[in-house]
Amino acid sequence: MSKKSFRQAINEALRQEMRRDPRVILMGEDVAGGQGGSSGVTDAWGGVLGVTKGLYTEFGPERVLDTPITEASYIGAAAGAAATGLRPVAELMFVDFVGCCLDQIMNQAAKFRYMFGGKARTPLVIRAMYGAGFNAAAQHSQALYPIFTHIPGLKVVVPSSPYEAKGLLIEAIRDDDPVIFLENKVMYDDEEEVPDEAYTIPFGEANLTREGNDVTLVAFGRMVGFANEAADRLAKDGISCTVIDPRTTSPLDSATILDCVADTGRLVIVDESSPRCNMATDVAALVAEEAFDALKAPIRRVTPPHTPVPFATVLEKLYLPDVGRIEAAVRSVMGYKARQEA
Amino acid sequence: MQIARDILLHSYRSMRTIREFEERLHTEFATGEIPGFVHLYCGEEASAVGVCAHLGESDTIASTHRGHGHCIAKGVDVEGMMAEIYGRSTGVCRGKGGSMHIADLARGMLGANGIVGGGPPLICGAALSHKLLKTDGVAVAFYGDGASNEGTTLESLNLASVWKLPAVFVCEDNGYGEATGASYACAGTQKDRAAGFGMPYFECDGSDFFAVYETAGEAIAHARSGKGPVMLHVHLARWYGHFEGDAMSYRASDEVAQARKDHDCLSAFRTRTTGAGLLEGASLDDIDSAVRTRIEAAVQAAKAAPLPEQEDLMRDVYVSY
Ligand SMILES: Cc1ncc(C[n+]2csc(CCOP(=O)(O)OP(=O)(O)O)c2C)c(N)n1
Ligand SMILES: [Mg+2]
Repeated sequence: MSKKSFRQAINEALRQEMRRDPRVILMGEDVAGGQGGSSGVTDAWGGVLGVTKGLYTEFGPERVLDTPITEASYIGAAAGAAATGLRPVAELMFVDFVGCCLDQIMNQAAKFRYMFGGKARTPLVIRAMYGAGFNAAAQHSQALYPIFTHIPGLKVVVPSSPYEAKGLLIEAIRDDDPVIFLENKVMYDDEEEVPDEAYTIPFGEANLTREGNDVTLVAFGRMVGFANEAADRLAKDGISCTVIDPRTTSPLDSATILDCVADTGRLVIVDESSPRCNMATDVAALVAEEAFDALKAPIRRVTPPHTPVPFATVLEKLYLPDVGRIEAAVRSVMGYKARQEA
Repeated sequence: MQIARDILLHSYRSMRTIREFEERLHTEFATGEIPGFVHLYCGEEASAVGVCAHLGESDTIASTHRGHGHCIAKGVDVEGMMAEIYGRSTGVCRGKGGSMHIADLARGMLGANGIVGGGPPLICGAALSHKLLKTDGVAVAFYGDGASNEGTTLESLNLASVWKLPAVFVCEDNGYGEATGASYACAGTQKDRAAGFGMPYFECDGSDFFAVYETAGEAIAHARSGKGPVMLHVHLARWYGHFEGDAMSYRASDEVAQARKDHDCLSAFRTRTTGAGLLEGASLDDIDSAVRTRIEAAVQAAKAAPLPEQEDLMRDVYVSY
């Protein structure tokens, strides 16, 4: 056990799995870096934000493959390799670039098993970074996990901390289905205690980061930290919250969410993705349908507005959900008074 | 080839403006005041300027993440660009796009682009507009050696040929896509790719304004005359990292210094024009100092400009909704 950053936790998960299983390979743009460069330095970048640093040096060019800038072909190649005996971890860099290769994910990898009558296994992991807060503007800041969640056949992981990232990534690599693993780029330097040895965290099992009686908060990825902070503040005023980190949006641990709402009777969902057809709408629909009688107040969703991600810092701050908005949403459900029957 | 004096002066001014703009951004970025990603075009100025010298306002270009040079060469407002990069409401995109999304459709500038390979398909569309609307215009896609491998680029080369579009594909080959060398990432040659899609191929040294000007002139004339698309392969070197903050360990330590010394389009331009008696050193000096003053003012204006306001967040998602 030692303090590790989100970046180190992911690097360690990849390294340990590559040591364990020679079929695990990495590919992506500049996952090593320096190929064809004039200095002869290899492993020059280790990914644009340094997440895969050192893996080329340890595992060599056959297992750490730098690709040309050709997402459709290398993501498709990863899918094809997965269906034929390798266990590729392909890095898409910014998840926004899925626009260039969605076919290979949506129409190919996701559907092999079902279309082929259960005959295929596609142990593919696609890692990508998501999220606003970097002034990276509209094409480098999206939180696209709902798009993947929408597609049957894909599993979707949105880790909320270094500990979670390591265990979930190892689980993803060992899983036999295609997994989309999304890393919030603002979190790479976050640190916490992370075990040195390999461990797994199962998919579809939510983590309760705190338990309370008044309001259930369901939050995804980076928003889990925000929800916990809001809960800390609210606790000072005697409002006690449960915070659920579902860990994976597909599969989704509906049972835990429903149980908690049954206890608290109030639900606030915090989701960094665009508000239409996102995880907040999905969870809200689930609870409205399955736990209607438990609800003491309307469900509230804390999300960005229905706009692209703006560039300027002032606008990006307004865009992103923050602790204050979560706190306000919780207070509003606490203050809700049912209309009297006429 | 005889190039008119006003074109020479204008071209020098554009190249110097790009250089000064980029060098200044490099310094300003280091202070931490500039948000987001910034990719500098220093060293590549003659490519944008030599190509755009043959374009009018109604011609269209599409650019890349390394877009400041193309914007300036196409006549986008320099003060508005600086303000955009600082995320100000006076920016050409009202602070909502930033460095990677500077665009000005009124000047035929279809946008820098955060997506590698995003431009070439758009240029097929712009060329189709020129063709069907009979504007006599051409559409020019600037794209890097890295982008030359994207499916979108290769599909666009094919589509433009199939539709016989007035399109010009300018492959700006600076030898790197991020930290990966073109010698590793690009199979075959750009020349054979052009041939494979049945279009004429031109190439030139991008540090020589005169070479770019002449070659681009021929290439663009071909496209404009209705004979179909062309590829122009420009050989370049980038003088800074892929983006600001890149330590460039993948490049030999003297590579950039060498390029600055031997392939500086501005000093080559000065030597050639003054040596041949085409321009006087004093005129170029005047431009240099005027540009310096202008960029200084642009930076100060950007820093002092108002930030976007809350309403801007929701504005312009749609035309109507
Ligand atoms: C679709 C897509 N893939 C990857 C990236 C990340 N990226 C940004 S610039 C770049 C390199 C582009 O190289 P090149 O086309 O040669 O242009 P240069 O940077 O050399 O001007 C990469 C990989 C991106 N922005 N979009
Ligand atoms: Mg390049």
